[in-house]
Amino acid sequence: MSNENNEALLEVDNLKTFFYIDDKVARAVDGVSFSVHRGETVALVGESGSGKSITSMSIMQLIPSPPGKIEEGSVKLEGKELLKLSERQMTKVRGNEIGMIFQEPMTSLNPVFTIGEQLAEPLVKHKGMKKKDAKAEAVKLLKRVGFPRAEETVKEHPHQLSGGMRQRVMIAMALACDPKLLIADEPTTALDVTIQAQILDLMQEIKEKYNSAILMITHDLGVVAETADRVLVMYGGQVVENAPSKVLFTEPKHPYTEGLLDSMPDVGDEKERLESIKGTVPPAHNFPEGCRFAPRCKYAMKECTEAVPELREIAPNHQVRCILYEDRGGEK
Amino acid sequence: MYKYILRRVLVFIPMLFLVTVIVFTLAMLAPGDPLTGQVLDPNIDPEVLEERRDALGLNDPPPVQYWNWLQEVGQGNLGDSLHYSGRTVEELILARVPNTINLAVFSLFVTIVVGLPLGIYSARKQYTPADYAATTFGFFGLSMPNFFFGLIAIYVFAFQLGWFPARGTGDGTLLSTIHHLVLPGITLGLASTAIYMRYIRSEVLDVMGSDYIRTARAKGLTDGTVLYKHTLRNSLIPIITLMGFEFGTLLSGAVVVEAVFSFPGMGQLFLTGIQNNDFPLIMGINLVVGITILVGNLIADILYAVVDPRIRYD
Repeated sequence: MSNENNEALLEVDNLKTFFYIDDKVARAVDGVSFSVHRGETVALVGESGSGKSITSMSIMQLIPSPPGKIEEGSVKLEGKELLKLSERQMTKVRGNEIGMIFQEPMTSLNPVFTIGEQLAEPLVKHKGMKKKDAKAEAVKLLKRVGFPRAEETVKEHPHQLSGGMRQRVMIAMALACDPKLLIADEPTTALDVTIQAQILDLMQEIKEKYNSAILMITHDLGVVAETADRVLVMYGGQVVENAPSKVLFTEPKHPYTEGLLDSMPDVGDEKERLESIKGTVPPAHNFPEGCRFAPRCKYAMKECTEAVPELREIAPNHQVRCILYEDRGGEK
Repeated sequence: MYKYILRRVLVFIPMLFLVTVIVFTLAMLAPGDPLTGQVLDPNIDPEVLEERRDALGLNDPPPVQYWNWLQEVGQGNLGDSLHYSGRTVEELILARVPNTINLAVFSLFVTIVVGLPLGIYSARKQYTPADYAATTFGFFGLSMPNFFFGLIAIYVFAFQLGWFPARGTGDGTLLSTIHHLVLPGITLGLASTAIYMRYIRSEVLDVMGSDYIRTARAKGLTDGTVLYKHTLRNSLIPIITLMGFEFGTLLSGAVVVEAVFSFPGMGQLFLTGIQNNDFPLIMGINLVVGITILVGNLIADILYAVVDPRIRYD
């Protein structure tokens, strides 16, 4: 659980990442702020195009540039400003202090190198291990993520493994140097449901064992409910709601969060049709004036299109970006 | 793997057979025969020529002629040249092979040394002036006919500047050989350099955008390691196939360039054969080139399995 008294492990403040394509500016991440504490699992939730993956790639500084550029803001890991580091200094953070897992296990491993070679790389780079020792360590890493015959697996190539096994390899690789923070970008999206649970449990288990933290990017609210301590809901490149997981599922405040929860299928529910939020996420180069969700919002009113609402604290640890909760003299 | 190679080699036989039939037919369809040229000499009695034709079997129906040729080849004999009297086709080919191999190797060297780095550089600097310059060079190399480029090269570097010789192979010393190879080698390699450059550029760009490169960067590897280890290893896989094709083409495709530079290689020999209706020579060279191309492709396929662990032959 989060511990607000401690200094945050990761602190993102007013992060802005824009993409310049032709003469358009896509404000993919537009002033995102949040923090992650040790031992905590924070979920970044949102539809495709909401900016959640770009946020995580910005933290790692893996934004393809051009066309992408981190325009503003600060990303601090244990107080150290990452955005001011040189590329070379940043390579010492990636894979070492922050590990990352991606969405596509099938294509995220290099097809021409063995599992062992790929696992050994971060160890050689960050821990200064000799190749031979690193390969021995690779076997241990695979065992840690549940490979029964790790000695053989290190000699195999990615195409010889299934998707779930490859994602385990990715986790082993991301955790090779015991990072303080693990960023998991939709780690289970491409996997079977049964494998999903295994992978999530594994990540949770390792987090607890090593007292690290997880930043989970997902659009799957089931995954969020299962793993997250705190949830950040993103829409149109901004955080629209930030709440502890339990609070969010029981008392969603932002109309978008509400819509997301309503569109979740419920086994016990008799409803014939699944609710959905009408419309789609606006493109990042063409956000509407004012609240970005307003065109799809069932509570939208005239004032919504006037200015982007502030992200306000409406209860301890619970922030919402919606005009409905702005103090407007007694109206709701 | 061995079974695969054996199977491939067995497939060669019908393919080569087919190729020789086609080339033989084409050679037969060409007007005249090896003695046609001699008719213009009024001192030769037409009856003598006719006797010679009978003796050489030139009056036999084409299928019989082909059968005779095939029987010779079956005994490991490519026959006698009709144009170069008294010399066997083997002799003629063997005399030219070293020159052609020198030219092919030199041109391949140019292609790799220029094409690969240029392609990689171009990909790294995508959409910069340097990339545009390299791409322009690529278009130039592809669209420039090599006989024309050869003529310009001779004019500028041989006649005007006098840096390199315009023709021949030199006196046989290494230095002289290389000196004579420069102009024809670059001329021959120009188009493939451009092709390799374009190929590598697009492959590197393709691979750089792939998920596993993102993984490699997320591991904290430096740009250099990401490019030269993770990216290049994958980008070179299709290039190896290209090289397999290239090898056979280099041996045969030098016809024009060898003619421009009066370079005594197989290409020039082939041209002489065609001009004189010397069908044993044409067929012989054709067979050698055919085998080289097939073997080149086989080697490319084998290398393919070596560099790409996903490919297994069984």
